[in-house]
Amino acid sequence: MKVLSIAFNTFRENLRDKLLYNLLIFALLMIGSSLVLMRLTLGEFHRLILDIGLGSINFFGVLIAIFVGIGLVSKEIEKKTIYTIVSKPVARYQFLLGKYLGLSLTLVINTAIMAAGLLAVLYFQDVPIHAVLFKALGMIVLEFMVVTAVALLFSTFSSATLSAIFTLAMYVIGHLTTDLKAFGQKMEGVGRSVLEGMYYLLPNLDRFNLKGNVTHQLDVPVGDLLMIAAYGMAYTAFLLMLASVIFQRRDFR
Amino acid sequence: MDVLSDGIVHSDRLSKIFKVGFWGRRVTAVDGVSLEVRRGEVFGFLGPNGAGKTTTIKMLMGLIYPSGGTATLFGRPIGDPSGKAKVGFLPESPYFYDYLTSREFLRFYGHLFGLVGSVLDKRIDELLELVRMTHARDLQLRKFSKGMLQRIGIAQALINDPELVILDEPMSGLDPIGRKEVRDLILRLKESGKTVMFSSHILHDAELLCDRVAMIMKGRLVACGHVSELIAGDTTHEVEMVIDRLLPEALERIKPLAGRIVLQGERIMVVLSSQQAVDQALDVIRSAKAKLVALTPHKASLEDLFIRKATGAQQPVEAQV
Repeated sequence: MKVLSIAFNTFRENLRDKLLYNLLIFALLMIGSSLVLMRLTLGEFHRLILDIGLGSINFFGVLIAIFVGIGLVSKEIEKKTIYTIVSKPVARYQFLLGKYLGLSLTLVINTAIMAAGLLAVLYFQDVPIHAVLFKALGMIVLEFMVVTAVALLFSTFSSATLSAIFTLAMYVIGHLTTDLKAFGQKMEGVGRSVLEGMYYLLPNLDRFNLKGNVTHQLDVPVGDLLMIAAYGMAYTAFLLMLASVIFQRRDFR
Repeated sequence: MDVLSDGIVHSDRLSKIFKVGFWGRRVTAVDGVSLEVRRGEVFGFLGPNGAGKTTTIKMLMGLIYPSGGTATLFGRPIGDPSGKAKVGFLPESPYFYDYLTSREFLRFYGHLFGLVGSVLDKRIDELLELVRMTHARDLQLRKFSKGMLQRIGIAQALINDPELVILDEPMSGLDPIGRKEVRDLILRLKESGKTVMFSSHILHDAELLCDRVAMIMKGRLVACGHVSELIAGDTTHEVEMVIDRLLPEALERIKPLAGRIVLQGERIMVVLSSQQAVDQALDVIRSAKAKLVALTPHKASLEDLFIRKATGAQQPVEAQV
């Protein structure tokens, strides 16, 4: 109940934030722009629309997850609004969970709107819509969940600016972890262990990327999807627990 | 009356040491504060800026962890949800969710206490009435003046009908009307049987409102007790006399009695510090046929005590942490 109230309050805060609408409009414009770009390209129209559409949804969603996510906690501390929450009979982890769920709800609804835009474009261009498209959208949302948890974790102990830098870095590295491992295998001794350690510790965000499957119409078996989903949720749970432990010990000066 | 069972806030040698700056320099913000707030009283927590008032209150509310000592609210250790459930808290210069309207704002805090439905709606209407904000019920908080924010903040602190209300600097930054409104509110809370603890550096307000006060300087408690006792036990009673047409030889007879003499042309102002000196001076004035224009007793105030304690503690020293 308390968690849900905080979640809905966060959702309402997001809804009244202009940043969100700007990003959303941009995303829809990008998706729409594929119609114009199509006229400049020879062949492969379908692939182009899907590529730009999914790419935009992913890109703008991640932007929202990072730039709203880093403010979730640090803004509350900066504006001292947290004083009125923590002094009520609300446990600190409940506060964190509420903030997290609130932004997650925002992201899900945002993705749904962007996806509706993409589907409309596909429908009017007579592009066949396959089930794998929805699977890819699901995985994109899952990636947002992980990125939001990363942003939330950083925002529990550092300022908004630092959190943004850390989270962006994690996002970029998260898409390159396979390279980290490959690079490590070419090294020996300590360097190899360090890089392999990083490979296992950092989120492997590329696992959530099914855009290639969509453009090439390669379906993904349900078993694989479940594995990816389990990985994403476990990783998110781990991040949220870590954030709670750090947050529990903080003094709000 | 059993004092122990009557205390609802207890702190025992509560301390907080902050580490500041890159090198983690240790600054003692609160140093062994032991105090007690009793049921039904208005308790003033006084001290200059940066003395440790807010830090102490934040420790009581579980926002900051003490470095030493213990404290309880309603017999429960600080931070315990069952203790917090009976407390209402207004932070210092509060910033609220300014995208919410008054009603949404109060509804949100009501939910945090598990209040819902018509019970909550009724409570919100009562509170808006109490803080005289009914006209602004559907206005977003970003459009509020500072006084309005303070009032809606107090309403927020009362949403759970708390037994104890803790207000951190409720009067700061308000104009005289705003301050009076907050004072009236505190008195109304007391009338309805609530215990109020508030911090302030405005001593006049404290003197008007408080049953008991504690004074904190440089993190240490320097005085604690009933306002009347603190003042009585501490200050000498001075009387100021203004006299016209006093002949020089009569003035010579008054001089040894007076603590201070100020000459303003024909008029003489004399400050006397005992009843005996006053009587003797009056005799001189009568016999010399001078005219007594005014006789003003200087009432001892918390301010005198405060300034003397502050000089003793060499406040202010550290900037507020």
